[in-house]
Amino acid sequence: MHYVIIGAGPAGVNAAEHLRKYDPSGQITMLVAEDVPPYSRMALPYYLVGNIAAEGTYLRKNENHFESLGITLKQGRASSVDTQSKRITLLGGETIDYDKLLVASGATATRPPIPGIDSKGVHNCWSLRDAHKIVADTEPGSKVILMGAGFIGCIILEALASRGVDLTVIEMENRMVSRMTNEVMGTMIKDWCVAKGINVLTSTKVSEIAEASGDDSLRVITEGGETLPADVVICATGVRSNTAFLDGSGIQVDMGIVVDDFMQTSASDVYAAGDVAQGRDLSTGEYYVQAIQPTAVEHGKLAAQNMAHGHKTPHPGNVNMNVLDTVGLISTSFGMWMGVEGGEEAEMSDIENFKYLNLQFKDDVLVGASSLGMTQHVGVMRGLIQTGAHLGEWKDKLLKEPNRISEAYLASAQRQHVNLGA
Amino acid sequence: MQKSLHIDPGKCTGCLQCESACSLVNEGMVNPSKSRIKVFTFHDEGRFVPYTCTQCDEAWCMQACPVDAIVLNPVNGSKDVLSDVCVGCKVCTIACPFGTINYNTSTGKVVKCDLCGGDPECVEACPTQAITYVDANATGLDKMRAWAAKTDNAAGA
Amino acid sequence: MSWTRKILRVNLTNGTVVEEALNMDWANEYLGQRGLGTRYLVDEIDPQCDALGPDNKLIMTTGPLTGTIASTGGRYSVVCKSPLTGTVACSNSGGFFGAELKFAGWDMIIFEGKAATPMYLNIEDDVAKLMPADDLWGQSCWATDHALRQKHQDPQVRIACVGRSAEEGNLYAAVVNDLHRAAGRSGVGTVMASKNLKAVVCRGTLGLGGIDDPKRFMQTVKDGKKVLAENAVTGQGLPTYGTQVLMNVINEVGALPTRNMTQTQFEGANDVGGEAMHLPRKSDGKANLTTNGACYSCTIACGRISTIDRTHFSVKDKPEYWINSGGLEYEAAWALGPDTGVDDIDALTYANFLCNEDGMDPISFGSTVAAAMELFETGVITTEHTGGMALKFGSAEALCWAAEVTAKGEGFGADLGLGSKRLCEKYGKPELSMTVKGQEFPAYDPRGIQGMGLAYATSNRGACHLRGYTVASEILGIPEKTDPLESAGKPGLVKAFQDATAAVDSAGLCVFTTFAWTMDDIAPQVDAACEGDWSTERMMEVGERIWNLEKDFNQKAGITGADDTLPARLLTEGANSGPAKGRTSELSQMLPEYYQLRGYSADGSMTDETRQKWSLPS
Repeated sequence: MHYVIIGAGPAGVNAAEHLRKYDPSGQITMLVAEDVPPYSRMALPYYLVGNIAAEGTYLRKNENHFESLGITLKQGRASSVDTQSKRITLLGGETIDYDKLLVASGATATRPPIPGIDSKGVHNCWSLRDAHKIVADTEPGSKVILMGAGFIGCIILEALASRGVDLTVIEMENRMVSRMTNEVMGTMIKDWCVAKGINVLTSTKVSEIAEASGDDSLRVITEGGETLPADVVICATGVRSNTAFLDGSGIQVDMGIVVDDFMQTSASDVYAAGDVAQGRDLSTGEYYVQAIQPTAVEHGKLAAQNMAHGHKTPHPGNVNMNVLDTVGLISTSFGMWMGVEGGEEAEMSDIENFKYLNLQFKDDVLVGASSLGMTQHVGVMRGLIQTGAHLGEWKDKLLKEPNRISEAYLASAQRQHVNLGA
Repeated sequence: MQKSLHIDPGKCTGCLQCESACSLVNEGMVNPSKSRIKVFTFHDEGRFVPYTCTQCDEAWCMQACPVDAIVLNPVNGSKDVLSDVCVGCKVCTIACPFGTINYNTSTGKVVKCDLCGGDPECVEACPTQAITYVDANATGLDKMRAWAAKTDNAAGA
Repeated sequence: MSWTRKILRVNLTNGTVVEEALNMDWANEYLGQRGLGTRYLVDEIDPQCDALGPDNKLIMTTGPLTGTIASTGGRYSVVCKSPLTGTVACSNSGGFFGAELKFAGWDMIIFEGKAATPMYLNIEDDVAKLMPADDLWGQSCWATDHALRQKHQDPQVRIACVGRSAEEGNLYAAVVNDLHRAAGRSGVGTVMASKNLKAVVCRGTLGLGGIDDPKRFMQTVKDGKKVLAENAVTGQGLPTYGTQVLMNVINEVGALPTRNMTQTQFEGANDVGGEAMHLPRKSDGKANLTTNGACYSCTIACGRISTIDRTHFSVKDKPEYWINSGGLEYEAAWALGPDTGVDDIDALTYANFLCNEDGMDPISFGSTVAAAMELFETGVITTEHTGGMALKFGSAEALCWAAEVTAKGEGFGADLGLGSKRLCEKYGKPELSMTVKGQEFPAYDPRGIQGMGLAYATSNRGACHLRGYTVASEILGIPEKTDPLESAGKPGLVKAFQDATAAVDSAGLCVFTTFAWTMDDIAPQVDAACEGDWSTERMMEVGERIWNLEKDFNQKAGITGADDTLPARLLTEGANSGPAKGRTSELSQMLPEYYQLRGYSADGSMTDETRQKWSLPS
């Protein structure tokens, strides 16, 4: 049995390791696109800030890790997949035959189609190589414009700010990280950044990037007509699943690769996992590209199970969740943080101290949550959402005091253990 | 025989000796806010509930860690954070459905119970035997595991 | 070190909050908490000042062992001049607030002046800010705690605050922390409210480091915990029955003051004591006591967590009281029960809840109600004064009503808020007030426990059991048994207890440890935690120095040896029953020897010689 995995991110690596666990004798080949060992994008900001060396971003620290598990790493990028003959072709023409294929090719940062977007001095911040370039091109005092205050944008803010650059963030939406924050929380994150000396422009769209004459610097022009000088522009406006090589394969692609509840694509014996996969979301039951680390890991494990053992238990989906550190301000979001129809909401905000907690209920079940400035026991929000524990009387308590979420969790999800009596 | 913490909330008086001992040993100072074990007080119900990591088999934190900074201790079964490897990304803190791995803002790393390497200080400090260190299969851990399994099914993994 | 060496000075008049270094010379002489707080007070206020004026200061102070892992190391004290007694006030409280203050990096907070509008102090580690409290004014301690918790969104904050009684000028208002622990006595809460200071909110995440010799400290702490665990009182009696273990014991020895101290035994003692709290009640089969709860770091855990019977008349229409909260401790149970003649444990628990909810010293409250009942029974106070309530001894309805109106300072509750002395004076019967220096007695009749008579008379804060608890020796045989009916030898015993207690109170530990610990158990813990050499002898010296510092303050405030006395009832009317039947307090036989041992003049005055011996400030 030959398992081939396209991609060596968290989904690919976890899948490979679990395949080895489930099938000690199978052949496992993992295709690595970049010329570095498998690394974690989550760790890039910490590399950028200088907390860790490049090796610190590697998914597995032991040099012989994959070798010792009998997992073959092969450098290369897939250019096409032939699901009939069960064969993939690499750029350069080499082919690999598979029995079972996992596509875990991840995503790529995109750039908006505006004039000058490909100028020298415009970077993405997505790969280790991008990070190297940003490090090389910035120094204290450099004028840096970050396009996009989404998840990726925010996570590298601190890295940039701590390099002592003169930083401006430009975001199209009316708040920061709109994919995980409501208006109150997104605005609080903005205020926090401003207080840290970062210039934040929300509801602002870049219309053009112009190269200034005479030097290497750039001019960023907004739709409002404002012109901002910049030495470096970092584009963090969005990502797209890496599916181009599947064109013509017949594998169904929507926003990502469409998978069923066994992580199998529309082609048999072809599976997908991680940022490229459009898997089931636990909260909505719909299929959605979550593009988050815990889901990538679980996808990888799940795909391995189904590839090695056959399809047994359908997967009810993953809880969408995020944790973000924006220049030291920590935010989380879980599940249906934006609420559900007919649901109820509990909110607490302490604007001055940058603390916020929002809980979303459907009946007496927690279905979503978001927080700002909380670092203790935040995982219980996942626990409550995932298990669908009935909160009973604790829901009413939480409506008044949402910050008692940990107690509510102990009293309901672990009621038996805690034995709170009547 | 693997041992684990057994917690009997009915015996707890809420004195926080466990939190003090934990923080003293692990942080070098008495600082309950940095303790890996936490006593929750249910004031109106008159109940105190010590709570910490059960070292669950699923090891959500360990699985979720992007840089391999959480490892299985083969001797006592604990899942230990390698502080020098942890980059502080906090993914484990949202992945753990028990909420028992937490971010320490002053060190920029996550922390969790590691059973003090097999000799838990909270057990030593507890004056009422509300926290004991006993053979794993003799604990109420089965109930916790059952709950963990429920979470696991939900994830399908 | 164990001291954080930092204090906060909060000027409420100017709205300033500044950090200062702790005066380590004083720390070396006065250790911490009670001693050190008093040293600052003596230095900073005029002893003759108006206790409720802006010139008085309010000091919240911890000991070097507060916030350590030493058993019971979670105490703090509130020090100021007392509006009830005119003496120095120093009230000690457990719970978690004191330790939290240390974790935030502070040994002490000094509040001075008076805010123009209600304020509260918010401490988050090294950042402390005065915040408006207009919306909290007029709210109980419980409501205030709740509102501040909601506002600050941190379930871990610790809060000390005053309730409506303090705002209304009740002279025995307490500072309540953690909902039901209190710096209870002498009206320290009244002083806090007089400054328009409603609450202190504290969150400490910095922790306490810098133990001088951590390894030795941990060993001494472990040794100390073992002694407490193996002792019958601290290892079994207090955890099981709380301080209420004493109710039947003290009743049996004939020293349970009953009905405003007209009697010395209470026929209903068994219904309101520690054992009664364990009995299942008819309505729901549950006991009054749910569990025992500990203060920070305490391995004894004497605290009672109780409920009131939901069918009881006091709460049957008030579900907000169907919760667990701080239950009856012995002194409170005595004042609310035997002293008022009420034997209804649910009524006592309800009154106790209200004392916590609105910050009243239950000892002074119960004793004042007892005095009012005697005034009612003798026809001096009538239903016209009370608005219809018959204040009869033994009336549970009257007790619950009194707690309700006094908590809010409404109607006759304002009179009850004056305290026993001023109430009896107001109604022309000063002799019915069972007080010393204006402060109400606790639960031990000096006719049946002779040492306590001397302890009450000479206490630096008026009648008090926590300024020299010779009950330990006279009744419990700790450290050795003395005859409670014998006055000979008591002056030395009282002095030793007074000095030792001052030292324990200054270390940050709970005085209840001394049922098991001697200074030989305590000094090594202080010695390992703090720099310098802290021997048993030095601890006793520190205790005596503190005692004399307090005495000297009181003298400068105008209190003389003539105030070292007891109500005539205890000196002239013999006990009516029990082992002490027919006996009176032999105070006059003990005082001269006591003054001599203290180095005071024959009339009870501090002398220059003694002042110099202890290097007291001039």
